[in-house]
Amino acid sequence: MTVPTTETEKPTTETEKPTGRVLAPRIKARLQQFLAFGGLIVIFIIFTIASPDFLTFSNLTSLLFSTVVIGTLAIGVTFVIITAGIDLSLGTGMSLCAVMAGVFIVNWHLPLAVGVLLAVLFGGLIGFINGFNVAFLKIPPFIATLAMMLVCGGLALVISQSTPIYFDKIPGFSTISTGNLIPGVKFPNAVFILAVVAIIAAVILNKTVLGRYTYSIGSNEEATVLSGINVRKWLVVIYTFAGLFTGLAGVMISARLGSAQPALGSGYELQAIAAVVIGGTSLFGGKGTIVGTVIGALVMSSLTNGLQVVSVPQEWQNVILGIVILAAVYTDNIRMREAKT
Amino acid sequence: MPSKLLEINGISKSFPGVKALKDVSIDLSSGEILGLCGENGAGKSTLMKLITGIYKADEGGVILFDGQRIDVNGPREAQHLGISIIHQEFNLVPDLTVAQNIYLGREPRKFRNLLLDDGALYSQAKELLGRLEIQIDPRRYVRDLSVARQQMVEIAKAMSFDSRILVMDEPTAALTDSEVETLFTLVRNFVTDQTGVIYISHRMDEIKELTDRVSVLRDGEYVGTVDTESTPIREVIAMMVGREITSSVRPKKQEENGRAVLEVQELSTHTFLKDVSFDLREGEILGFAGLMGAGRTEVARALVGVDHKSAGVIKIHGEEVSISNPADAVAAGVGYLSEDRKRYGLLLDQDVSANLALSSLGKFSNAIGFINARATMKAAERQVASLRIKTPSIRQTVQNLSGGNQQKVVIGKWLTRDCDVLIFDEPTRGIDVGAKEEIYDLLEKLTAAGKSIILISSELPEILRLSNRIAVMCEGRVTSILTADEATPEVVMHFATLRQPEGPGGVAEPDLIDSEKARKLNRNTEEDGGER
Repeated sequence: MTVPTTETEKPTTETEKPTGRVLAPRIKARLQQFLAFGGLIVIFIIFTIASPDFLTFSNLTSLLFSTVVIGTLAIGVTFVIITAGIDLSLGTGMSLCAVMAGVFIVNWHLPLAVGVLLAVLFGGLIGFINGFNVAFLKIPPFIATLAMMLVCGGLALVISQSTPIYFDKIPGFSTISTGNLIPGVKFPNAVFILAVVAIIAAVILNKTVLGRYTYSIGSNEEATVLSGINVRKWLVVIYTFAGLFTGLAGVMISARLGSAQPALGSGYELQAIAAVVIGGTSLFGGKGTIVGTVIGALVMSSLTNGLQVVSVPQEWQNVILGIVILAAVYTDNIRMREAKT
Repeated sequence: MPSKLLEINGISKSFPGVKALKDVSIDLSSGEILGLCGENGAGKSTLMKLITGIYKADEGGVILFDGQRIDVNGPREAQHLGISIIHQEFNLVPDLTVAQNIYLGREPRKFRNLLLDDGALYSQAKELLGRLEIQIDPRRYVRDLSVARQQMVEIAKAMSFDSRILVMDEPTAALTDSEVETLFTLVRNFVTDQTGVIYISHRMDEIKELTDRVSVLRDGEYVGTVDTESTPIREVIAMMVGREITSSVRPKKQEENGRAVLEVQELSTHTFLKDVSFDLREGEILGFAGLMGAGRTEVARALVGVDHKSAGVIKIHGEEVSISNPADAVAAGVGYLSEDRKRYGLLLDQDVSANLALSSLGKFSNAIGFINARATMKAAERQVASLRIKTPSIRQTVQNLSGGNQQKVVIGKWLTRDCDVLIFDEPTRGIDVGAKEEIYDLLEKLTAAGKSIILISSELPEILRLSNRIAVMCEGRVTSILTADEATPEVVMHFATLRQPEGPGGVAEPDLIDSEKARKLNRNTEEDGGER
């Protein structure tokens, strides 16, 4: 094609819009988040009407439980996606970290805190290798993390010999997820952990150099290099940082289940990526927020949960989730197109 | 004799298969603005990338900075040494704000360097922009700025380093006249007896106005350095191309009897164009002139179906055609050569033959889609020979060709397709002087062979020289269609500023033909659609 087909650029006769309207574009930039949030409310209203069992304390607790795992993974991968990368090794990486937590704590009898810390750091190691492959070996993120997905999935089975590792002799472990930090309030710790993690991630994304370079690399990598920033080093840092979230998710899911399930994780990567995209983060890089990702994770988990509550068969749940993702990305596309004109 | 700020001695640079620079030596004195000229591919940008540490030079040469030998490893080190560069390509981060871009990599921090200090960032940026008299809100996102304003941000960024040497690689490509003036003031204020500027440009008038001396490169070799004041531009150009160029003014013939190949009646779009009517005759070049944003590119886009038209009839060879997308246009024999050929015209990482055959694969393939490689090769060889495309072989990747030869490949693609009507949108933008002449010759040869051409250009001399007739546009309307005899810069200017069409409602007085606007017409490059 010689002729521009997709862009609908208009001549900009005015070189500068009035500065008084600075606020408008900001709201526009956050539109996807508002849409996602609106969608979340709509989902809640529909399921509340459809079933009396949806808006109950116990169901909301289990809904939040499932948000925790998707949300933690999604927050990590938000950083990677803002750099215009992707991480497909989240799901199996999470399984591997869960298995490693079992190895450290159950098999090696390491103190609980040490074992948990090592498992989280193991996630960082996976991220480090991803980052190294992407930044230094110049393997496209899709391929590098696809390969890592296979490696992690395989290793999780090999190390655990394909059997779950149970934590039932380690009483403190499951309280990481299921305990109640605030006595008397039956809100699981996992939800608090997610909240704290989200706040930390948001601060890092918005207030630190790491965050600034995350946006910068995704928005224009070449310009970032020419500004004297060691982009390769920072990519490794960003992937490693994102990997820590995979490790944390691995700890939290196994704490909730009371066991490390070596084959559990695959599929989670796509749910997490979907949550990020629903939250308004662009797969082309440069744009995205943690708030959006958390809303996206809530949308994903409440949809899944609600569909289960109203007894939609598993097969149809997948179909509906797929359609929701398409709709979310399509609205984002429309928004981008409107922003152009 | 002022001391030498920078001396480059015997620098060479090879890329696989190409020797980009051969034993080049130039020097820059303190307090000096040195122009650097050369055709595309002469090695100017490569040389500057060596100075700023983006490339590493081959063994053998030396770079002396203040008399000290330096070895620049990477852009950061160059910045530390006090060498900063404004690159030819767009090098800002669109999703960050102006201030964030200016201090990218040097962000002010607080809390033991853990957190960014955005308060300090914005006040520093505000102070800097104020000092440079650039009126841009530092909190705006770069993606929301026009190309010209983005360029000003790049300049502010380069100025924000306390640099001794400022390298500017074609900084004015996207600027209007008044912005160029602002830039020149900035550059002149930058120069003290401790600093110097290397200014790369294709625009001879700028070189003449701004620089003290001019160094010329040709094909990666140093040609010479001359004093700007005492050297006529003609001589500098001669040094660049290795021969003197005499722009031939061709006798403008008018094809009174030419049949209309393309007729456009009252073409309008929802957003912009209003009742655009014209016809294009066989073997004619119809120029489209107008100020920036007049709607020339929009006519082309509506014509080939990229933008949807709201009204209007398009006839080709007297028959009405319905064009709703570019494929329809191609089928009807209308080829559009975009102003941004790298983005819309070429598959840069494919070879010459693949590009030439791209629009005509139907012709070269059988019923189930297998491509007849031999036929595409043959056709490619033919185009390379007839257009005199300078390429080692038809297997050469297009991105390794010069701008002029890339443009020829785009032309060849449409000729392979047998298009009768070719729309050239800024065909010589970013092409050096020598290659421009070749493109002009080519356009004339094409019309001699019976092709009809619509020529959109911001360079009025180009339009006046090549066109048989000239359609002048203003604010989405065609205000006049002039014959070559009628068209003078003043008359074109008159109609380019004619805000309402002359009609029964009375003749609207155009703005006075002021020289400011005429100059804008001549060299406005921030043209419609040129925004990224």
